[in-house]
Amino acid sequence: MIEEVVSVELPVHERLIIKKNRLEPKEMTGREKRISICTGTHGDELDGQYVCYEIVRRINQHPECLKGIIDIYPSVNPLGLDTGTRGIPMFDLDMNRVFPGDNNGAMAEYIASGIVNDIIGSDICLDIHSSNIFVKEVPQVRLNEEDSDKLLPFAKMMNADFVWIYSSITVLEATLAYSLNHMGVPTLVVEMGVGNRITNCYCEQILDGIFHMMKEMGIWTGDTKEVQPPIISTEGEVRFLSAMETGIFVSAIENTGTVEMGAHIGDIIDPIEGRILQHIESPIKGIVFTIRENPVVYKGALLARVYGGRN
Amino acid sequence: MKKEVLFSLKGLYREPFEIEGYRFGGGEKSACIVGAMRGNEMQQLYICSQLIKVLKELEAHDAISHNHEILVVPSVNQYSMNVGKRFWALDNQDINRTFPGNSEGDTTKQIAAALFEQVKGYSYGMQFASFYMQGDFIPHVRMMETGYQSASLANLFGLPYVVIRKPKPMDTVTLNYNWQMNGTNAFSIYTNSTDAVDDKSARQAVSSVLRFLTRMGIVKYNNHSGYIASVINEYDLLAVKTYDAGFYRRLKNPGDPVKHGETIAEVIDPHEGEVTSQIISQTDGIVFFAHTAPMVMGNEVVYKIIRRMHE
Repeated sequence: MIEEVVSVELPVHERLIIKKNRLEPKEMTGREKRISICTGTHGDELDGQYVCYEIVRRINQHPECLKGIIDIYPSVNPLGLDTGTRGIPMFDLDMNRVFPGDNNGAMAEYIASGIVNDIIGSDICLDIHSSNIFVKEVPQVRLNEEDSDKLLPFAKMMNADFVWIYSSITVLEATLAYSLNHMGVPTLVVEMGVGNRITNCYCEQILDGIFHMMKEMGIWTGDTKEVQPPIISTEGEVRFLSAMETGIFVSAIENTGTVEMGAHIGDIIDPIEGRILQHIESPIKGIVFTIRENPVVYKGALLARVYGGRN
Repeated sequence: MKKEVLFSLKGLYREPFEIEGYRFGGGEKSACIVGAMRGNEMQQLYICSQLIKVLKELEAHDAISHNHEILVVPSVNQYSMNVGKRFWALDNQDINRTFPGNSEGDTTKQIAAALFEQVKGYSYGMQFASFYMQGDFIPHVRMMETGYQSASLANLFGLPYVVIRKPKPMDTVTLNYNWQMNGTNAFSIYTNSTDAVDDKSARQAVSSVLRFLTRMGIVKYNNHSGYIASVINEYDLLAVKTYDAGFYRRLKNPGDPVKHGETIAEVIDPHEGEVTSQIISQTDGIVFFAHTAPMVMGNEVVYKIIRRMHE
């Protein structure tokens, strides 16, 4: 059933509406587990749209297998999605920096508060992202280390290539995931693909993980696929490769994946002088799980992340 | 005065991005003043330009006290200002949401880290700031409640109000917050304009900084004593919201007294021209913040009122 979570009247005869689709069993026992799936916080991140569609389609094909409640929030930032804008169009504001929101605050904070209040009570929440337009990510789950004990068992069910546990930095406090975790709703951040695109194979991979998790939690009794165990970041080291020069990044690798130590990752070139400004090689043998997509780089721009095991 | 480049970043085809600092006096790091950090902060840049002009004259007349250094950084983001963008032009990141920065992080984090390295360690830090809500304020000094804030020091600016704000998660990555956590007494100074230059309030801001510097013995300058400020907690301000969306007719300005039950704004249907709702004050008080845009959304904060305050 499609419901309105929170809405705001826009100046000229239009409403901004946050919608959710609640899927639940025909006969309720009152003991159903509840999963919330949120996406569309950034208007340029679109993989979550396909994931939402596919969950609803599969559930509708086999409603008899649904034993719990699934709340799907496909557009946390509907104006951003409709206008192809990462942030909230009128304010240039990052929707994922205003949580947990404020019922008496500005529009974005009011909306954020409405969303958070609606999700509270879920047994688990997935916050699905698609990186941004600058870098491409392999399917991964990201956890703040202070929540990792609680979240890692869930993260391992997600069929992700990689689980990245990172130390907390302050800015994350204003995200949906951080806020929900601190309000008692275990929340995983899923990152995959690149902005403004849908990477079908990544979506399918994560969908298998979502259905597997729902089966483990007793929400779904239908068929699921075996999931792969992810690489856990704390078992090795993550190396960041950044631009040392401003220029144009030309990737030397077709895709993410395994690289040898010293493998050529790409070059930063200077088109007007016809020379290479920076030659980038992998500092370790490992897996490239992030790679630059947008070639224009300023000094400091992220070019790649490589994970290397401890051996 | 010593003009120097505090940070430089090569552009792709643009001239290098440079953060320029203007150093007055010498010796102990006494006061640092930072202006426009976002591309739309014209007023903040203008205030700094006027302040630099006065400080040059004071230095020429030997009116900077011995063993006191003042650093003024008028613009941190002219790359955005020059192309009509509010945030960092390539990736839309807000520099004032990346402090204390990271010298090995993304471009904006590198900028923040380089700036913070230059501006930290001063006894007093002042930033001409802008607010994320569109509207006019009574000129005031704002401090974060970090445990290190000192309202009595803020009073020395001689502005009518000192506002103490309990930091939200998104505030913890601002310059002001990080200054305070690093031992600098940090103040944000708000005038009643951002995108346009308001000469009168710019003069008031310049005077307030000179008043503060004089009272701290950093400069020798004779100006009016200003106000003994009323110290208010941001959470004690009454937020007045709209019911409907449409054209907005503001009936009160910042600083105006209001009576309980008085009509303080009207909302007009954008197609039919009828007044759809009147906004009624729920308290006696003084208008502290007033919405400025010609239109409003539903449930939008249009006023903040200092409760039970009289002229």
